[in-house]
This record gives sequence, C-alpha cells and structure tokens, in this order.
Amino acid sequence: MGDLTELSDDALVNRLQRGAFSYFLDYANPENGLVADTSRSGSPCSIAVVGFALSCYTIAVENGWLERAAAANLVLKTLQFFTQSPQDGGPDSTGYKGFYYHFLDMRTGARVWQCELSLIDTALLLAGILTAASYFNGDGDESEIRALADALYRRVDWRWAQNGTETVSQGWKPECGFLHYGWEGYNEATILYVLGLGSPTFPLTQKGYVSWGSTYQWENLSDTDVLYSGPLFTHLFSHAWIDFRGIRDAFMREKHSDYFKNTKAAIALHREYGERNPHDFKDYNRNFWGITAGDGPSDGALQLDGRDRRFFGYMSRGVPYGPDDGTIAPWAMLATLPFGADAALTGTRHLLTTYPQVCPNDRFASGFNPTLTAQPDGWLSEGWYGLDQGLLAMMIENYRTGLIWETFRKCSYVKVGLKRAGFEGEWL
Amino acid sequence: MSMSDKLTAPKAKPDDEEIFVRRVRPELWQNPTPRGIYDFAIVGAGPAGLVAAESAARLGFRVALIERNRIGGNSLNLGSIPSKSIIATARTFAAKRKAEETGAPLPIEPTLNFGEVMARMRRVRTRVSEHHSVEKLGGLGIDIFFGAARFEGTDTLLIADTKLRFKKALIATGARPRSPNIPGLDDIGYLTSATIFGISALPRRLAVIGGGPLGCEMAQAFCRLGSHVTIVQNDPKFLPREERDAAEILSRSMARDGVVIRLNTTVVGARAAEGAKVLETVDNNVKSDVEVDEVLLSIGRVPNVEELNLEAAGISLDGDQGVKVDDFLCTTNPNVYAAGDVCMELKFTNAAEASGRIATQNALSRGQKCQSQLTIPWCTYCDPEIAHIGTHVWEARQQSIPIKSFTVMMHDVDRAITDGQNLGFVKIHVEEGTDKILGATIVASRASELVNEMSVIMSTGIGMNDLANIVHTYPAESGGIVLAALACVRNHMRPLSK
Repeated sequence: MGDLTELSDDALVNRLQRGAFSYFLDYANPENGLVADTSRSGSPCSIAVVGFALSCYTIAVENGWLERAAAANLVLKTLQFFTQSPQDGGPDSTGYKGFYYHFLDMRTGARVWQCELSLIDTALLLAGILTAASYFNGDGDESEIRALADALYRRVDWRWAQNGTETVSQGWKPECGFLHYGWEGYNEATILYVLGLGSPTFPLTQKGYVSWGSTYQWENLSDTDVLYSGPLFTHLFSHAWIDFRGIRDAFMREKHSDYFKNTKAAIALHREYGERNPHDFKDYNRNFWGITAGDGPSDGALQLDGRDRRFFGYMSRGVPYGPDDGTIAPWAMLATLPFGADAALTGTRHLLTTYPQVCPNDRFASGFNPTLTAQPDGWLSEGWYGLDQGLLAMMIENYRTGLIWETFRKCSYVKVGLKRAGFEGEWL
Repeated sequence: MSMSDKLTAPKAKPDDEEIFVRRVRPELWQNPTPRGIYDFAIVGAGPAGLVAAESAARLGFRVALIERNRIGGNSLNLGSIPSKSIIATARTFAAKRKAEETGAPLPIEPTLNFGEVMARMRRVRTRVSEHHSVEKLGGLGIDIFFGAARFEGTDTLLIADTKLRFKKALIATGARPRSPNIPGLDDIGYLTSATIFGISALPRRLAVIGGGPLGCEMAQAFCRLGSHVTIVQNDPKFLPREERDAAEILSRSMARDGVVIRLNTTVVGARAAEGAKVLETVDNNVKSDVEVDEVLLSIGRVPNVEELNLEAAGISLDGDQGVKVDDFLCTTNPNVYAAGDVCMELKFTNAAEASGRIATQNALSRGQKCQSQLTIPWCTYCDPEIAHIGTHVWEARQQSIPIKSFTVMMHDVDRAITDGQNLGFVKIHVEEGTDKILGATIVASRASELVNEMSVIMSTGIGMNDLANIVHTYPAESGGIVLAALACVRNHMRPLSK
C-alpha cells in the first residue's frame, strides 16, 4: 500500500476518501441498509450513520467504487426498511411520528439501550435520504427511491416535536416523554431546523429558528469574530450537505458574515488554540488540532509529570472553553478541506508523519491522545466510528467536486426550509 | 494555667459566642417604650433593614428597627459570612494540588479539624457582627425592638402587645429556604442554609439537592473538606441564571474535585435505611438511590411575608415574588416601602443593601430613585468564581440589541498563567459597532473582585476605548479586562466586513 505521506495531495486525499467510504461497505447490513455506529463487535446501528452512508453511496458511484445499480439497490433496501419498520413509539419499535430512535438493532431494527427518539439524528438520516433521492433520478429502483424518500420526509411530524413550545427538544422517550433539554447556543442543529421548516406537512414554526438564534453568542476570541460553538464537528455537520457560501440568514446579515466564513473562523481559532496550547498537552500546535466530539481514553484522573490530569471517555470536547484532555480527532483536520486546503493538508500530513498509527487501513480512528503516556505511543481509540468516516468522505467530495452540495440544493424542501429560516442569497 | 497550656489551648474563645449574642440579640434585652410616632419603622434587621435604619438615623429621623431573630439577617447569620468562611478553609485544602503543580509539594497530608473550622467560622461571624451591633445601632439613636411584627393598620405595627405608629415604614423581612415537596424528606430530616452552619461533625456522605449558587458552593466546599458529596440538580445545567460556558466550567471543576454530579435528575422521594438517608432519584426514567448521612436542601428561597398581616395595611403581594413594589420600591400602601429579598428577584446581600438605600431615600427624602437603574453584580463563590453584571447576551438578543462579546480566556492572561489560576474567562458584552459596555461575565479565581471593576466602569459610563487606556498594574488578573478592551479597539480599527 505504501506510505501515505509519500503520496501527492490528490492521491492522498483520494485514498483516504476511499478508505473512509469503505467503512460503509464493511459495516452495513446489506439486508436492511442499517450501518453500525462503530466497527466494534456488537455495535448497534446509529441512524445518523445511515444518513451519512446514504449520502456517501452517491460519492461511490461517481468515483467508480460502486455500480450505480448496486448503490441504488442498497439505498432502496434502506428506505424500504425505514418505511416498513414499526413507528408505534413502543419501547422496542423503530420510531414514532416519522422520527427514529438513535440506536437500532443491526438485524431487527428494534430500539436498543433504551435510547431516545433523536431529532438531530433523524435529521441527519433524512438529509441522507433526500440526498439519495435527489441523486438517483432514473427509473426503476431509482424511481421507487424518490417515492419512498418523499413519503418518509412528509410523514415526520416536526410540529409534534415542538411540544407546544417555540423550540424543539433534543428527544423523546416512550418512558418519560420529551427530554427537558433543548438546543442552547449555535451548534450542528441548523440542518435540523432547515429540514423541519421545509416540511410540506407538519413544518416547524418559523419562530422556533428565531428563538434558537436568540441563544447564539457572537464573540471576538483571539481577534477573530465568530458565532461560537466549541466542538469542531458542530461547525461541519450541516455543511456536509448545505453549501452555505453566498447565503445568509438574518443573524449572519447582521454580522456581515455567513456560516461558511464562520466555520473558517472557527478553524482559525482551533489552530490558534493548538499553537497556544494553554493546558500544556503533548504535541499541540498550529498543525496538530481537531478538538471535537469523539472517543477518549476513559474517565479518570492521573498524575503525569507532576500535573493532575483528568481524562474523559466519549465526550464532546471544545475550544477554547473546554473540555480538553489532550485528545484530538485525527480525521477532523482533513474534514475541514473545503474551508482551507492548506491548513487541512498540512495538519493531516504532520499527523500522519508523526503518528502513522492514527490511520489504520487508511481510515482515521475516532480519538488520539499522545499526552497519555501510560501507553508508549499515546492512547488510540480502537476501531472506527461511522460518523467520522461519513463526514470525512462527504467533505472531501465537496472539496473536490461539490457533489453533495450540488445534489442537496436540488431538493426543493431544502430550499423552502432555508427560505423559511430567513436565508437569502445567490443560489436560493 | 501554665504558659505552654495557653499556647496549645483551643483557639476558639469560649466567650466568642457570648460576644456574638450580645451584639446581635442580647439575652436580657428589654424592648424600649415607643417614642411617639416614628418617622421610619423598619421591619427586619438584615442587610436592607440595617442600611435603611443607619442612613435614616444619620439624617436625624426617628427610627424604629424591629427584628424577630438576630441582627444581621441571613447574610451574617446563615449566608454570605459563614459560607465564605468555610469556603476559605476548603480553598486551603484544595491548595494541596496546586502546591504539587507549582513544584512545592506539601511534606505531609493536611488533616482536618472540623470543630476548628466551625469555630473559626463563628469567630469570623463574631468579628463581622461588630459592624452593626446592637450597641452601635443604639448609639445612632435607633430604637431596637426584638420580636415578630405585624401590621395592625396602614400606619401601625404591633410587636407582641406594643403598638408602634409610623409615618413611613420599610418591609425588609428577607426570605427563607424553600420547603421541599419531596415525600419522606421531612421524616428523615435535612439541612438548609439555616442549619448547615450549626453542624458539629463533617458528614461522611452529603447529598446536596439544588444546583443554584449556595448548593454549588457548599457541594464543592464540603467535598474539598473531605465529605463524599453528590449534587442533584433538576435542570440540565448548574446555575440556571448563568451562561452555559460558565456553568459548564463550574461543572467540570466540581467533578475534578470529586463531587458526584447528577444533572437533569429529580429527587422523587426519601427514606431512612440502617442509619443512612436514602434519596430516590429519577433521571430520564432511570431510577436510582443516593445513600448519604446528611442532606442539604438548597432549592431557592421564599419571601417572609406570611406573618406580617399585610392586608391590614393595604399591601399586596406579587405572586411568589413577595411584596409587590413599583420601580421606586413603594408598596401598594404609599407610606410603606419594601427592600431586599422580600421583594427583589435578585436575592443577594448587595442587592438588598442597594435597594434599602433607594427605598430610604424615596420614603424619607422624596427621592425618585428607581430600582431598574441599579446595576447589580453578583457572584457564585465556587472555585473558580462565577460573576456577572448587566445584560446577558440572550436578554440583548431577545430585545434585538446587536451584542458582541469580547472574550479573553484566563489562560491567556499573564498573571493567571504565573499563578496557575488559568481556568475561566473575561467576557465583556458590548453593543455591536460601538464601545458601549452592556454587561460582563467573569469566571476566575477572584471573579468577585474583577467584576467590581466592571461595576465601576459601567456606572461611570466609560466605554471600551477609554477602558483600554486605563493603566493597570502588571501582571494582574484584571489584565483580562484590559485585553478585552484592547481587542475591541483593534476590532474597530478594521472594516466591519471583510
């Protein structure tokens, strides 16, 4: 296979994209289209990962990694599963009111871990469904894909999810109803609001998006103006599908910015934080960054070099307020390619040169912590996470060809949702 | 007693408590006979009542001060002073970690003498009680009446059998801990802010119900002193009044100290079991028990209004808020004002004192001071401390005021770096496109002091441009404030759109 770092930029990016994509072939159930949350034995399906997978199948067709018919068939099976699976909201069913439980049994599709009916993860699933429907524009299976996707989107009762309030809750459980925490501050939920607002059947009220915006914090940090959100993934998820260049809502009009520029600003902050390395973690610098949600060494405290260090397991880490335990997500730098190729590639090459073990089988691990020297080469997350692979494959494609952005913007519901959220601009 | 015995004798003076009682509620006190009609009758000798009584007396008014318990109110007896005294000890204990990180590990493990911690707390309280002692108040010509007061009419109060007539009155009866609505908790017994400072032994296991300021302060302090503390909070975050970043830093800081954090969790019941107290909790339908030796309940405060017979004086209530007042702190009886916790949303000592001052001026000197014009900073005294003043970002956004926060992380402030106190931030909230300061949020080891600079700055109307030019000592934690101002100046030098 050769050393990754010896490849040209284009060859490196292509190879890592294919490595990321192949996660879906390795960890999908071909019978129902469900995809495992992680590569670890016994992992259930995460519906969000399915959303990323459905989007990535179109990339595979374009790159010649999958036959179009085979990809369409895989998509169709997935959509058939979500159409036919129980929607009664029971504790062991698949979903309710058009939404889905966050984690499902890979084989039966039944809810596992008493998890919540997840609004954001349903939105990511729907984004994948709509991407596939927009891409597969032919006859036969492709025609059925479009019909099923439309029906799945239309049956989601977003208004129910508002539970009589202006904003949406993060989820619902059959055992206790709506979770009593909502979305505070800017984060990855833009796509949730856009899809909820675009619905022709049970749309979110427009006031909800404005109310959410009233919790935003526009900050000047390290001489950078930014709509603040700590974890890097929150600045990327919605952008995997929506091309925010040239469009802006009322908030961004007021700030003379847009969400694309904002992600660039956030990336600059992450790099600056890496260089300042305020908590003195090993190896942090301008080319070693990527603090986000992901796997971590596990909860616990240790004395290292005379310092009291506290580590976390799977957690949403953020910049600059923390939490930060010296763990980075090795995939994160490359996933910022569309926002600045130099920073993404320089950082990724530096990482691969210094710690080649973070990318086994051309696929980045979820978390890496060189500060934790209890293990000689630092701590490395075992296996792979589906979300990381999907986001990376999509962001690379957007950087190279803009395929997902182009495909998604063809969906009329997306345009309606963006307009109802107050977006105006070039492609709307 | 030999000299060596004196040197090793307990530091707690047995007469401390006697001095304290003499200052705040003398045992053989005889209420005076009322001297005709009082210019100003004040019900409650807490922070609001004391400010009112002293300032009115100094202006020559005839003042009656009525207190049902002890001079000083919650702040001195059950709140600010005792809690900060214990927090000081807890900080010393936590310094062990810092000692190691700065290359000076302590040669021996510090040990705790809880009796001495509490004795020190009482000495501190005795010392502070001197500021407003019965003797000092009497020296100002204030007539002090101990006992419960109730209105008998629009211009008359009754203290036991004594009628006391007034031209103007002030209700400053404060607030008390909210009672629980948790089945079984009354039976097993619990502590509140009114009782926790009277305990004589450190609870081995302590549950704190409520993640407001006092709950968080006590959870962290008792954990640092050695209790195994679990804090249970109904909401998804601590300190609901504060912004998310501040609350999350506190949450992680408490977890680092070893506090077991149970957010988003409701206590639904309590029971006794084999010498322990068991709290029954529910988190998203998952039930679990928390077994402890003591329970501290800190779920808010309710105004003390029930015994005042307010109807007799034509004074209305404002729902749960307490006594209904207008912006001048006047009640629905034009001759009666209210101040402090009994009517204010912000139930803090400084808010009580400020409102007491306003109410007195408005009542006695035909003042036109408005409580809405007060800019009141507040602080939660955890480590790091969390302080705020002025407008919150979400309040500005809801009012469509364009707001921008200039943020400096403490880990970028030189003095915080040298001192290893680099947790937290300074955020100055500015009206966008201008240098007008709307508010500030500060998380730092001494945020309670830093926020006072912002209070001075804001009350004088100084903007960020002028603030950036004010010379500060270097290095200092307040350098964070200057750095934020400098960032604002640099920001304005650039065109608004890039």
